[in-house]
Amino acid sequence: MRLRRKRAQVRAYRKHFSLKPVANRTGKIASGDILLFSTMRDELIRLPYFMEYYRKLGVSHFLIVDNDSTDGGREYLAEQPDVSVWTTKAGYKRSRYGVDWLNWLQSKYGHEHWTLVVDPDELFVYPFCDTRPIRALTDWLDVSQVRSFGAMLLDMYPKGRLNSETYVSGQDPIEIASWFDPGNYQIEKNKSYWNLWIQGGPRARMFFADQPKKAPALNKIPLVRWDRRFTYVSSTHTLLPRGLNLTYDEWGGEKASGVLLHAKFLNTFSDKAEEELARRQHYSASAEYRVYAENLQSNPDLWCKWSEKYINWRQLEILGLMSKGNWA
Amino acid sequence: MLVHTAFDRAEQVARHWAAAGCPIVFHADKAVPAKTYNAFVKKLSDLPDVRFAQRHRCEWGTWGLVAATQSASEVMLQEFPDVRHVYLASGSCLPLRPVQELIDYLVDRPHTDFIESATTADVPWTIGGLDQERFTLRFPFSWRKNRFLFDRYVAFQRSVGFRRKIPNGIVPHMGSQWWCLTRQTLSAILEDPERRHYDRYFSKVWIPDESYFQTLSRLYSRQIESRSLTLSKFDYQGKPHIFYDDHLQLLRRSDCFVARKIWPYAERLYRAFLTDQAGAMSRTEPNPGKIDRIFAKAVERRTRGRPGLFMQSRFPVEGRENGLTCAQYSIFEGFSELFENFESWLAKMTDMRVHGHLFAPDAVEFSEGQQVMNGALSNNAKLRDYNPKAFLASLIWNTRGERQCFQLGPRDTFKKIEWDIAKDPNAQISVITGAWAVTLFKSNANFSDIRREAARLQQIESKHLEVLRSQWAKARIRIWTMAEFVEAPMEPLQRIIDEIGKQ
Repeated sequence: MRLRRKRAQVRAYRKHFSLKPVANRTGKIASGDILLFSTMRDELIRLPYFMEYYRKLGVSHFLIVDNDSTDGGREYLAEQPDVSVWTTKAGYKRSRYGVDWLNWLQSKYGHEHWTLVVDPDELFVYPFCDTRPIRALTDWLDVSQVRSFGAMLLDMYPKGRLNSETYVSGQDPIEIASWFDPGNYQIEKNKSYWNLWIQGGPRARMFFADQPKKAPALNKIPLVRWDRRFTYVSSTHTLLPRGLNLTYDEWGGEKASGVLLHAKFLNTFSDKAEEELARRQHYSASAEYRVYAENLQSNPDLWCKWSEKYINWRQLEILGLMSKGNWA
Repeated sequence: MLVHTAFDRAEQVARHWAAAGCPIVFHADKAVPAKTYNAFVKKLSDLPDVRFAQRHRCEWGTWGLVAATQSASEVMLQEFPDVRHVYLASGSCLPLRPVQELIDYLVDRPHTDFIESATTADVPWTIGGLDQERFTLRFPFSWRKNRFLFDRYVAFQRSVGFRRKIPNGIVPHMGSQWWCLTRQTLSAILEDPERRHYDRYFSKVWIPDESYFQTLSRLYSRQIESRSLTLSKFDYQGKPHIFYDDHLQLLRRSDCFVARKIWPYAERLYRAFLTDQAGAMSRTEPNPGKIDRIFAKAVERRTRGRPGLFMQSRFPVEGRENGLTCAQYSIFEGFSELFENFESWLAKMTDMRVHGHLFAPDAVEFSEGQQVMNGALSNNAKLRDYNPKAFLASLIWNTRGERQCFQLGPRDTFKKIEWDIAKDPNAQISVITGAWAVTLFKSNANFSDIRREAARLQQIESKHLEVLRSQWAKARIRIWTMAEFVEAPMEPLQRIIDEIGKQ
């Protein structure tokens, strides 16, 4: 495991040469700031709400890798006062889906900070997020001597066809994609990395029902008190050292956990799916996107009678998708 | 007031106390950098009745905190001869009621010491299993920084049977470290001719700040009320619960004088409680019941969790689930083969949700032929067989409040979940053996095919019965042969239904 961690670090170092700074404002980072790391490509339409959402939660600085956007997203980010942007034309796949780039940025700028790693279509929800900023959570985790905080990916989708409503920049995507699957998840423990492997939700139900093993993983550990010796191994699903992956209790109790609302399924999705399919830069040659593209042509309604409409974190807590643990 | 961080908040609270005429003595942790400390001292220089005590290094669970309290108390008693009660607070304490109310309360009780103080036999709350032993062993290693040596050394002392002598036969008491003592009691403790003796003893006790004053006040106090005036709740690891903005109403209704600990950025709390509300609350006795309940619940969720729930932060190893499922359910084997329309009849007789064969090989037979069930659970057989344990646990969890019931038979794919069901005390399993033969008998297949199929099903069933009859099975299991059952069908059926109705 130590070797794997070292290898990931070396990879991150090698891959960082492809990153070109566009706007580097990291000098503004003060000790104790909560930092957000992300990598994105052609997500301009989502950015205004994304930034607003995380600023409100108390993120102090955004460190973003732009993977050769052509929609003006890079320029938009470079203008923001609390954003540092790097750009690269290198392959997403060859950097292990952005992990190498972010590992390097995190080891350089994230040391001894709480770092949040999310995609532009993910909104982080945690216990009491409507009344307490992220700092309340991280302070509490510090006191509890917890270094990592799990948040499962929850796929959100609209009622009706994906393209029936048009997303407008700046709008809360959950207003459109406000539905989710409340109770059809499968969990297994990964014996070598100790993390949980969660699958299920609408994608497993609609796209992967006949090959459930291939359904996308939903477990994520986005919030970590970073140390330069840490590395993400595959996306934010797995960390090394592997003790960081123990965000769950094995003796019957519940640890605190959150949810990443995944607003992937908007009207923008079908274009994206076709593009990603052509680029083949995603996991196993974008097999996931191939399945989507096939299904999107036939019946893209993910909604069913038992879908649940999102209200707030307390609802997710009652449904058993996340937990307050002993935070009260 | 003991402070070590969030000095601006400490200052804010200090001004609040001072405005009501209370003199204050500060103790700042020695680990605080000189620059921060000096700035703090300077900021408070406009307040006349503020003093600063000699600084000690305060690490949790060590003697430093007691030494700090002693120094600060000495300054207080010496410099302010009019003081009758001394209240020990921290920088993250927040007065919830107007200070004048607290003063009046204490004036009415001039000889009462408010200090939680109980013997180890009286209280269950101890961290790390050290109760009486914290007074009879030595603890030179830090629990936080050097857990390994700490544990080893405790184990070593236990194995050699080491025991410290408790001086002068004092009886160790423990309790919250936040007290309010009268001048007489406090000065008696500090001026005790034996104090050096006691100090040497307590400096090697585990967490002395929770026992030093608690023990010694028992020697001198005229009247002890064994409770703290500071509302302070601890979780199962012994760290204090923190109050945030959204606790405002809860704190208001608690009627406690002081609460800790307050999150330093809880702007709304500080604003609400530090602007004097002109005696908004009139009741006199603190009543923290509701807060107690909320925190007790939080601890229970962390330690016991919700039975039958498997999720991202609760994934118990086998045997620690507190039940695979969260509610009772019934399984019928052989009934729907033997009786026509059994399922609809059962649904009418009870208010259960009656499914068909949930583990049928081709598709999940949800009730009323639904394709998706509660929780967006799909009827796809591959999805179900990918993780049947999760399927069943989810189904029962998603339908909390409505009892579930389903059919099972040797044709179903239940191999992977057989043991889980048999070991689940929530399962009620009723079996008519051999009933599968009825459908086979009625089918119009060739004789050799029927025979082959019968042999296969027979074999599956006998293995299944072995599981149900094993000593590890915890479900409520009833097994009849077909002949037994057909002879008098109504009586056993009635019994099953009665049992279902009772829950």
